[in-house]
Amino acid sequence: MNRIQSLYASTIGKKFIASITGLILFGFLLGHVAGNLKVFTGTTADGVPHIDEYGQFLKVAGEPMIPEMFALWSARVVLLVALILHVLVVVQLALLSAEARPINYVKSRKKAATLPALWMMFSGLLILCFIIFHILHFTTGTIRLGKFEHGYIYNNLTHSFSNPVVAVGYVFVMIVLGLHLNHGVWSMFQTLGLDNPDRNKSLRVFATGLTIVIILGFIVVPISFMSGMMPGVVTYSHELLTGH
Amino acid sequence: MLTLNSKIPSGPIENAWTRHVNNNLRLVGPKNRPKYKIIVVGSGLAGASAAASMGAMGYKVECFCFQDSPRRAHSIAAQGGINASKNYRNDGDSTWRLFYDTQKGGDYRAREQNVYRLAELSTAIIDQAVAQGVPFAREYGGKLANRSFGGVLVERTFYCRGETGQQLLLGAYSALEEQIAAKTVKMHTRTEMLDLVVADGKARGIVVRNLETGKITSHAADAVVLATGGYGNVYYLSTNAKGCNVTANFRAYRRGAGFANPCFTQIHPTSIPASGEYQSKLTLMSESLRNDGRIWVPRNPEEKRAPANIPEADRYYYLEERYPRFGNLVPRDVAARNAKDVCDKGLGVGPTGYGVYLDFGAAIQDKGEEAVKAKYDNLFEMYERITADDPTKTPMRIYPAVHYTMGGLWVDYNLMTNLPGLYSIGESNFADHGANRLGASSLMQCLADGYFILPVTIGDFLSQHPAGEVDTHHPAFQEVEKEVSGQIDRLLSVNGTRSSESFHRELGKIMWEHCGISRNKEGLEEGLRKIPELREEFWKDLKLPGSSDHLNQSLEHAGRVVDFLDFGELMCRDALLRDESCGCHLREEHQTPEGEAKRDDERFAHVAVFEYKGEGVAPELNKEPLAFDALPLAARNYKT
Amino acid sequence: MKIKLHVWRQSTRTDKGRMESYELDNVVPDMSFLEMMDTLNEKLTIEGHDPVAFDHDCREGVCGMCSMVINGEAHGPKSETTTCQLYMRHFKDGAEIYIEPWRASAFPVVKDLVVDRSAFDRIIQAGGFISNHSGPKPDPNSIPIEPEVAETSLDAATCIGCGACVAACPNGSAMLFTAAKASHLGMLPQGQPERFDRAQSMVKQMESEGFGSCRNYAECEAQCPKGISIAFIGRLNSDFLRASLLEPVDRRGEMKSQ
Repeated sequence: MNRIQSLYASTIGKKFIASITGLILFGFLLGHVAGNLKVFTGTTADGVPHIDEYGQFLKVAGEPMIPEMFALWSARVVLLVALILHVLVVVQLALLSAEARPINYVKSRKKAATLPALWMMFSGLLILCFIIFHILHFTTGTIRLGKFEHGYIYNNLTHSFSNPVVAVGYVFVMIVLGLHLNHGVWSMFQTLGLDNPDRNKSLRVFATGLTIVIILGFIVVPISFMSGMMPGVVTYSHELLTGH
Repeated sequence: MLTLNSKIPSGPIENAWTRHVNNNLRLVGPKNRPKYKIIVVGSGLAGASAAASMGAMGYKVECFCFQDSPRRAHSIAAQGGINASKNYRNDGDSTWRLFYDTQKGGDYRAREQNVYRLAELSTAIIDQAVAQGVPFAREYGGKLANRSFGGVLVERTFYCRGETGQQLLLGAYSALEEQIAAKTVKMHTRTEMLDLVVADGKARGIVVRNLETGKITSHAADAVVLATGGYGNVYYLSTNAKGCNVTANFRAYRRGAGFANPCFTQIHPTSIPASGEYQSKLTLMSESLRNDGRIWVPRNPEEKRAPANIPEADRYYYLEERYPRFGNLVPRDVAARNAKDVCDKGLGVGPTGYGVYLDFGAAIQDKGEEAVKAKYDNLFEMYERITADDPTKTPMRIYPAVHYTMGGLWVDYNLMTNLPGLYSIGESNFADHGANRLGASSLMQCLADGYFILPVTIGDFLSQHPAGEVDTHHPAFQEVEKEVSGQIDRLLSVNGTRSSESFHRELGKIMWEHCGISRNKEGLEEGLRKIPELREEFWKDLKLPGSSDHLNQSLEHAGRVVDFLDFGELMCRDALLRDESCGCHLREEHQTPEGEAKRDDERFAHVAVFEYKGEGVAPELNKEPLAFDALPLAARNYKT
Repeated sequence: MKIKLHVWRQSTRTDKGRMESYELDNVVPDMSFLEMMDTLNEKLTIEGHDPVAFDHDCREGVCGMCSMVINGEAHGPKSETTTCQLYMRHFKDGAEIYIEPWRASAFPVVKDLVVDRSAFDRIIQAGGFISNHSGPKPDPNSIPIEPEVAETSLDAATCIGCGACVAACPNGSAMLFTAAKASHLGMLPQGQPERFDRAQSMVKQMESEGFGSCRNYAECEAQCPKGISIAFIGRLNSDFLRASLLEPVDRRGEMKSQ
């Protein structure tokens, strides 16, 4: 415990936590984008969209060994803890940094720091707000931006993203997320000390490449729905999905 | 009359130092060491290594430097390397040969036992530095690499790119910081020593000014060590750092310490020429460049072509022609004088006509641009930064510049001055380099003094005196403090029209003109007339801004100029009295037809030690005769 | 050349400080930046004003004393160049130049452009050394070091401790300085015994001095006059994490007399 405490007390330790939690959240995004892309694979023979089926699978994953929703909630708890820690240490570090540099230069010029890197706090804040909004929008359905019905993921997407404002908004946030990841993923290598001069270039390319793939994967969904190229709303009975 | 007992051990030179430690030196036991307080002024290679070593032994050390950190001392700027007779190349090197090279390079004006000891300790310095983590250049097999340097026929110079001084200083600095953390050394940064306190005939402390608050304070100790470097800045333009000054040494001289050979100034042959009146300092290009660079000037004074377009036949490789055996690797003074000689003949290059080419064309053709660049990377970069010329495309322009001062406080074999309890180490003393220092030997001397000699010899003095004999309540401290404050008030009250910088610049011109690369009777006498005039004007027309109770860099500088003015006179006097040529000291009256220095061993085989006799009174010359038992006198000859 | 200068003036540590403007019209392109400052100070002195205080010493780019933020960049616009090695030919005639001190709470301003960098010394005191006494040591060739390792170690050791990394970092972090020293020693065989202790204690000291945290902007590397790579920061991170998570705790046991 002592080790954890003293690690947490140091800035490098906090950054270590930020990168490990970042890695968890990044892993989640990879899974998320893989799931999202199921909107393009059509429906089962019964006419159930693959993505709806996938959503249902997440709820019952592990049955019968573990009860329904357990795996999903476990993942949610892990992600929530990761997110809270990620935000917490980053805010703590930011406060520390503000204290370390109380007076700014009258004239300031940057040679290397990129805007996405300098704006990590802003992009992070936007992403945090978006996560809350996104959960209220597509998970709980509390925020209605079109017709919403629990479990009918494909239809919910169709309803929401047919509204160009919603679709464009999602695309914008995803681009911001991309910029956040681009610095964050490479930063993770550096913070964990995995970086070195020989690997640095490949790691940067890897970080940027992976980020671009993920972000393209995310934005292709709202754009497809908005442009009307997706087949419209699908109707099927709820029993087909849940099996009872 | 000074008592100059050099305490040289008798008997054969080979084991003299060991015998001296075994038979002649008293030691202080580990239990007693913490009772003794030692003041070390200066934190360069000598000061830092001495303070760290003595701290580690258990002495209570207080170290002072005027910079904001001990790591800034000017030892950091030494580029080329450090000599050690390791004989790793198997090219016939030995302690004896390093001794021989140093003594011969110094033109037989050094005490040979000191020089031999230096050569003997050189190998231990490398071991010590490597153990501290100094990353010397390595060969592919992982063994240490060597290069050769001016004036020698073996490869014995160890180096870290072109930043050997920096790495060695950082080694000494880290050792010092280790001791500061261990609380055996207390560091006082931004604190300048303004005077020495002598009580009951012994050096007992110093008076310092805190440069940030302006506060004057006294510090008492059982011994005082001056590691305050050289005084090349008396010429205003030199390769020294802007802060280098003679104040600590000169004040010690005024308090009774003998000043030895003040006129021995080394003019380094490879510095970047000055570009205008505003020039504030000169930048050295490491002498190691002479390994691959060929020095030449156009044969025709009217030459207008770009250097690359001048055919071989029209180039005058004057060092190679005049000194076929050593060629471009002749000792520094020979190279410097020859550069001045060809420029005086109108063959000089560059906008001022005071420069010669240092050409890497042949080396690049021979070894390839990559290989040459790899060897001198940061030197080339530095040159290009300053001049906007690329040395791989067009030859460098170089010119001699004041670089090192062999003179300094007189010390005995134990590195103690004639003032009991006052030690002087590194460039600040006169001991090891005679009338000329070989390249890559200054780092060696500083570290031999600081790591290995002083920590042992200082015990001999301390063990004979009870610890804490005198504290700052002694009236001598109050007196000196009063004098120090008095001078500061006097400086601030002149209220004239000229900055201290302008006086310093003018003094520098007088010194360069009359006491520079070559000297003569008339010039020196004129110098001795001009300096008092300038001093008089200084005290009438100096303008200092601000007050003494805060950070006032102009005031710091003015105080240093006061001592430079007095000291410049002492240098000219010494140069005038030394009516011979030796090493760097070339009296035009005494040279061979080829312009070689002609020594007069009958009359001048001695150390000239000056004794302060009071304001406005000529100092008294004392002589320490030099013996040449191990290495008989011979004419210096780099031609065959 | 004619230039207009905006210089930070602050008489003491506690003074609030302000920017003041000066014009200079006798500037020569071959002048170094500090010679230009000398010219300004000469003018101010003659006119009876307080000259601008600034740190400088060797004026050849190695002592690390000079410390000016010039037009928003530590040591000015030319990369891998200290202020003292910057020349006026890098500025245009008629240029406006802003000169400010290093800004970081761990580097309080002493006067004008002079700051207190003693925090760096204390970081070194915390472990930036290989414990040693002076005396006989093994022959260096008995411990061969690959030239690549020696060279990389020297790349790190080239740090001149000027503090530009802190001045450049928007977070006022001293990671580049600390990492350079820890890596210099940590890569060499001589530095192994204290490697992990060193990483921990230097970082601890760095943090207690009030430096900010590294956010991987790489601005320090870009403004470092010696071009020291942030790869060393990665190295220190790795050593620090290894020390904190894996290495045995309290390895320095007590000496018990028999």
